[in-house]
Amino acid sequence: MIHTHRFETVVVGAGGAGLMAALYASQGSDTAVLTKLYPTRSHTGTAQGGIGAALGNLEEDRAEWHTFDTIKGSDYLADQDAVDLMCQEAVDVIYELEHMGLPFDRTPEGKIAQRPFGGHTSNFGEKPVRRACHAADRTGHMILQTLYQQCIARNVRFFDEFHVLDLLLSADGRATGVVAYEIDSGDLHVFHGKALIFATGGFGRMWEITSNAHSLTGDGPAIALHKGIPLEDMEFFQFHPTGIYKMGILITEGVRGEGGILRNRDGERFMERYAPNLKDLASRDVVSRAIYLEVRDNKGIDGGRYVHLDATHLGRQVVETKLADSAEFCKTYLGIDPAVDPMPVQPTAHYAMGGIPTNVDGEVQTNAQGDVMPGFYAAGEVACVSVHGANRLGTNSLVDLVVFGKRAGKAAAAYCQQNDWAELPAETWEPTQAMLQHMLGNEGQNNVADLRTEMQTLMMDKVGVFRTEEGIQSALNLIRELQESAQDITVMDKGKRFNTDILEAIELQNLLDLAEVTAASALARTESRGAHSREDHKARDDENWLTHTYASKVDGKVSLDYAPVNITIHHPMERTY
Amino acid sequence: MRIQMRIRRFNPEADSKPWWGEYWVDVEGSDRVLDALHQVKWYQDGTLTLRRSCAHGICGSDAMVINGRNALACKVLMQDVGDVCQVEPLRSMPLIKDLVVDMEPFFAKYRAVLPYLINDDLPAAGERYQSQEARARYDDTTKCILCAACTTSCPSFWANEDYIGPAAIVQAHRFIFDDRDAAADLRLRVLNDADGVWRCRTVFNCVQACPREIDVTRAIGEVKLALMNGLED
Repeated sequence: MIHTHRFETVVVGAGGAGLMAALYASQGSDTAVLTKLYPTRSHTGTAQGGIGAALGNLEEDRAEWHTFDTIKGSDYLADQDAVDLMCQEAVDVIYELEHMGLPFDRTPEGKIAQRPFGGHTSNFGEKPVRRACHAADRTGHMILQTLYQQCIARNVRFFDEFHVLDLLLSADGRATGVVAYEIDSGDLHVFHGKALIFATGGFGRMWEITSNAHSLTGDGPAIALHKGIPLEDMEFFQFHPTGIYKMGILITEGVRGEGGILRNRDGERFMERYAPNLKDLASRDVVSRAIYLEVRDNKGIDGGRYVHLDATHLGRQVVETKLADSAEFCKTYLGIDPAVDPMPVQPTAHYAMGGIPTNVDGEVQTNAQGDVMPGFYAAGEVACVSVHGANRLGTNSLVDLVVFGKRAGKAAAAYCQQNDWAELPAETWEPTQAMLQHMLGNEGQNNVADLRTEMQTLMMDKVGVFRTEEGIQSALNLIRELQESAQDITVMDKGKRFNTDILEAIELQNLLDLAEVTAASALARTESRGAHSREDHKARDDENWLTHTYASKVDGKVSLDYAPVNITIHHPMERTY
Repeated sequence: MRIQMRIRRFNPEADSKPWWGEYWVDVEGSDRVLDALHQVKWYQDGTLTLRRSCAHGICGSDAMVINGRNALACKVLMQDVGDVCQVEPLRSMPLIKDLVVDMEPFFAKYRAVLPYLINDDLPAAGERYQSQEARARYDDTTKCILCAACTTSCPSFWANEDYIGPAAIVQAHRFIFDDRDAAADLRLRVLNDADGVWRCRTVFNCVQACPREIDVTRAIGEVKLALMNGLED
């Protein structure tokens, strides 16, 4: 059965960016939010340590220092005008979250509490600064809850457990709707919209060790790619230094913000050798590489692929109040008490710096020249503004999703007021229906879980923290084989009700398509910058590579184009911490 | 180690009533029950249906009954389940399929307590101030992830599905005891209803069930006291 709906703004995804966008879009347009989960299940809820803004509640701080740190952290690949705007607007957005009721921790005088975080400094790199506004170590949980609460207060319309499978474009090239699969019934729904906002989050499930939820399969960027939208800077994917060994579950950078120390098998504080100034609080790409190098040098704990994160000197009070969730993860999954024992950690795939290219109003760009598709917006991790460049600083993902979620929501509402409805194309649900029927009917020889595991292992080994031309090329070849294999699968569940079996198969295909452009983008970039570290091209090459990658699929092949980075304030310098 | 999974199954398109499915899985002791369920779904029977997302106890998708007790499947380790791991959907919720229940009645009760800060009196600039003591007053109940483990473990809820339930009371508590909020009276009125807070018989199942270790019964008790004595200032 096919259902049709008309909403002026349709938001896809209900994490921080989607909810913030919905709050603002709904103030000027009839708005619906679609999510394949329930809103409170979104991955924003797992963010722990804090949200950065130069409030200066505990010591002097300035937005321009936050801007500098973000640009330096990005290894000079971020667009500087966008970073500056984000860091300026971050301050007021934090106050706005507080006004919405977010239960920030407080200073003794009752202001929002702040703590140090990796790469955040005062006076252009001089020393660590307390900038991360926090609510224990469940800041993301509080943001997600608070934004959802506000959506309830304002009667925002939700379609929970609706999985979007297609984007509809009008004949004149405007975004005009989505096709969604209602998980409970298996029915297709066509949502006709004036403005569409994609806020579907990241795609960390491409890698074997990841902090990301099972649901983070890049459905939004994959759908955009299929519709001819390029994906920007896909070679830059952040590996967070401190995931729980083997499981990938995140231990917040807040542990190091509170004074936690990374140690190798000799008990040495090895970050002193890699980042003499900021040490354990150097930016994430630097620390992740250091851990890999220690392990490679046989300095991992017991010769294994992990090091220790030591918080035993912080005292039980700090561990149990300021780092409560991390302590609880350790107790639950490892049976250890971080106030007594060090935590075994390894880098874990964490955050997509790349994604759907947008400008600062969330408008989606269709090419490297910056032309936009009318009516199509993206915000949050799915988008690439770019404010994170080649490496994101801790806390800036939360800053990004509230600042740009808000801007996209406002822009969408304005667009709805100024524009008529674009016509739906002649075919709306039919291609999606045909795809589903084909998948249900196919008796292929491959198992989705096997293919997924192969992809994840491959990406971890060949397109992970360190990369080489040979490795990436072999990965690319294998990904193409896996894409073929993923067309020849058997979906065991043939039913209509709550068929998560078929959805997992579709999610795998999305991940494989993103893996292909990730590998192709990484292969072409013959330099090392931020999270993209090429062992065969170890230096950063500003002469040739101060550029954003735009990867499209044209006639089944990945096609790459480039656009210059917007450098307005800080000339690229050598990046040391 | 090899463990038997007994999973309560129900396919609304094929079955007239639920039945027990039995499966064997090879797992490590440190694997989660969620990993074992995935092993069944991915390699034995793709029709097995459950919700899950973050897999580390934060998103609240995978609350279910494991060996008789409510828990998140991603927070129970296989070394703690014994030789047979029995898994059922949450009780007293409309069953959709296998381990998936209809969450809408649960969220309707959540919405009934006005779960959002109500206070239009904003400072001209910057944040509202709040003392560390005032912030600590409601800290425990801010941890709630709306997984429904508490409400569906409550015998009062089993007996009367109109009971608003511990989760909604916890959510109300989070605002009633936040000194920035101005609408405690409205929420207390909702909770003073015949199906409100007085249905709680302090059985403490909710405390055992909560994966976030919220002291749920204490929070409910504080709301009861506020109803009897008024809020302290």
